[in-house]
Amino acid sequence: MTNMLQVRDLHVTFVTPDRTVHAVNGVSFDLARGETLGILGESGSGKSVTLRSILRLHPEHRTRWSGSIKLEGDEILDMAPKALSDLRGQRVSMIFQEPATAFDPVFTIGQQIAETVRRHTGKSETDAMKRAKDLLEMVRIPSPAQRLKAYPHEMSGGMRQRAMIALALSCNPTLLLADEPTTALDATVQIQVLLLIRELQREFNLGVIFVTHDIGVAVEVSDRIGVMYAGKLVEMAPVERMVDAPQHPYSRGLLASTVHDGMRGQRLESIPGAPPDLAAVPDGCSFAPRCKFVRPDCTASIPSLREVEASHAVRCVLAA
Amino acid sequence: MDTLLPIQDRGGPAQPLLLATGLRKHFPVAGGLLGRTTKVVRAVDDLTLSVAKGETLGVVGESGCGKSTVARLLIRLIKPDKGTMVLDGDPVDEPHGITVNELRRQVQMVFQDSYASLNPRLTIAETLAFAPRAHGLPAAEARERVRDLLSKVGLDPVNYATRYPHELSGGQRQRVNIARALALRPRLIILDEAVSALDKSVEAQVLNMLVDLKTELDLTYVFISHDLNVVQYLSDRVLVMYLGKIVELGPVEAIYGNPQHPYTRALLSARPSMDPRKRTHEAPIQGDPPNPIDPPSGCRFRTRCPFAEDVCARVEPPLTDAKFQAVACHMRVAGSGHSKAMAA
Repeated sequence: MTNMLQVRDLHVTFVTPDRTVHAVNGVSFDLARGETLGILGESGSGKSVTLRSILRLHPEHRTRWSGSIKLEGDEILDMAPKALSDLRGQRVSMIFQEPATAFDPVFTIGQQIAETVRRHTGKSETDAMKRAKDLLEMVRIPSPAQRLKAYPHEMSGGMRQRAMIALALSCNPTLLLADEPTTALDATVQIQVLLLIRELQREFNLGVIFVTHDIGVAVEVSDRIGVMYAGKLVEMAPVERMVDAPQHPYSRGLLASTVHDGMRGQRLESIPGAPPDLAAVPDGCSFAPRCKFVRPDCTASIPSLREVEASHAVRCVLAA
Repeated sequence: MDTLLPIQDRGGPAQPLLLATGLRKHFPVAGGLLGRTTKVVRAVDDLTLSVAKGETLGVVGESGCGKSTVARLLIRLIKPDKGTMVLDGDPVDEPHGITVNELRRQVQMVFQDSYASLNPRLTIAETLAFAPRAHGLPAAEARERVRDLLSKVGLDPVNYATRYPHELSGGQRQRVNIARALALRPRLIILDEAVSALDKSVEAQVLNMLVDLKTELDLTYVFISHDLNVVQYLSDRVLVMYLGKIVELGPVEAIYGNPQHPYTRALLSARPSMDPRKRTHEAPIQGDPPNPIDPPSGCRFRTRCPFAEDVCARVEPPLTDAKFQAVACHMRVAGSGHSKAMAA
């Protein structure tokens, strides 16, 4: 498999008059065509900021970034506005957590999909609307011809998220970015949307980056899982390996503290404390203040992300 | 004068702590010309439940099933259209019963949004002392109570008492909310999605704390959540709701080990697997839950149920009166007319 996306040493900092937040602090990874990478992390871990950087969705005047994001050889961080708007929606597209706010409430679903199709392909209005109908059919929205004329508020949450997926895939992108797309959905609807994403990913051989805080969801869709903490990837491994043998104390704590079947009556293993304030990133390992295995060398310098075995990398001085 | 001592048990262990009978809450929806009421959201419909002393009753269901409305009814944040409530033998809000204020002395609630449920202009100590002071506790004793409450929820009183809500993390704020709920020494705490907004590592800390507090203070919980795993972890009995109705009710082992209602089964198998070798390949049911305005006739689940038959649209299935595991499904009622039901 060839790598379609290369992210190297990405740093993203938000600057406001009051403070500077170091949201992403040196993230590197590759993504192959047809691969699904799950990025797992808690709030403030930098997972969404990393994802949005790939489309450069952060406000330009308040964001400083360095490093490199290359899509099929093209440097996204250097792109001019015109190239950037060609990239968005056409080569890379994104689905968001809250489809109710991602759609424009005053246009119908059909108009919004057709507009995107026309912008990127130059099709006529009739053809674009026909394409929109096919797309709604593809995401299995019942009676698509009627649904084209529906406004976002007239659809249920699950239906809106399907429509958002249709919009995202309207111009045949090669890379799909998903930012907690099922978090706001009910359990019985979440699994339908996860299965739909998995199926479309296979059908169109998409590269997918799926950001979530839910381990179960990440396991359900991912080929590989990266765990983020305080703006860094602390561990990256194939999904089976991550579930069976997580190495980083944070990944292990996260898996152990997640309640699942058969834990009734047991005391939950919890990670003491709370994630660090990203205005002041600690020297050395950022997890050290909460880590029960902490040693003097943990705080001396930032541990590097090292491969402990093929395609399994860990950022911890203890990892063998 | 109310000295805020712990309230003594009255009816003995066999008498339910809280018994709600036939609770109904319909919300009118304004619409049409001149804002006339044209439609009604049937949020909770003739719901009967009892909470035994010392148990944790889990309530699960999807959005719009009425689980938060149940919470609000139980603590009388909203008045039921119909139905009665009895707290350890005392009818609530009735001539010879207890007042709503007295109910809230004994029943407290913790909400999902830890920030919105705290007054941003009060320090943590002021927030925690508010209710005890209002119930007549002298200032010095209230300060003592605040220190005690903060230690109980694992926050150092010296560090936290003078802070404001925005100076705390989400997990710390939720601990303060739990401390506030404990301030009047209640017997029953209603936890409405109380850990849902927390990160997993923090959620585990708070869940451990809830387990400890329950034993230490002899509490009873009603734990409302959409997270089936957390409900399984914490509850003794589980109540499953769908569109304002109870569809199944029973001990946690029975509900999770041997679910009877097709909806309960679907809900349980919709959980992500946590094992990449056992991924889900087919969604257990299709579609979204219908709008609680004009719910389907008969069984409200029939529009998504793979076993639905004519009888399901015509007749509303009653909740079986089995003491152990009750279920509202025509397939479980002998002679109901459903082809999968036993003959009468």
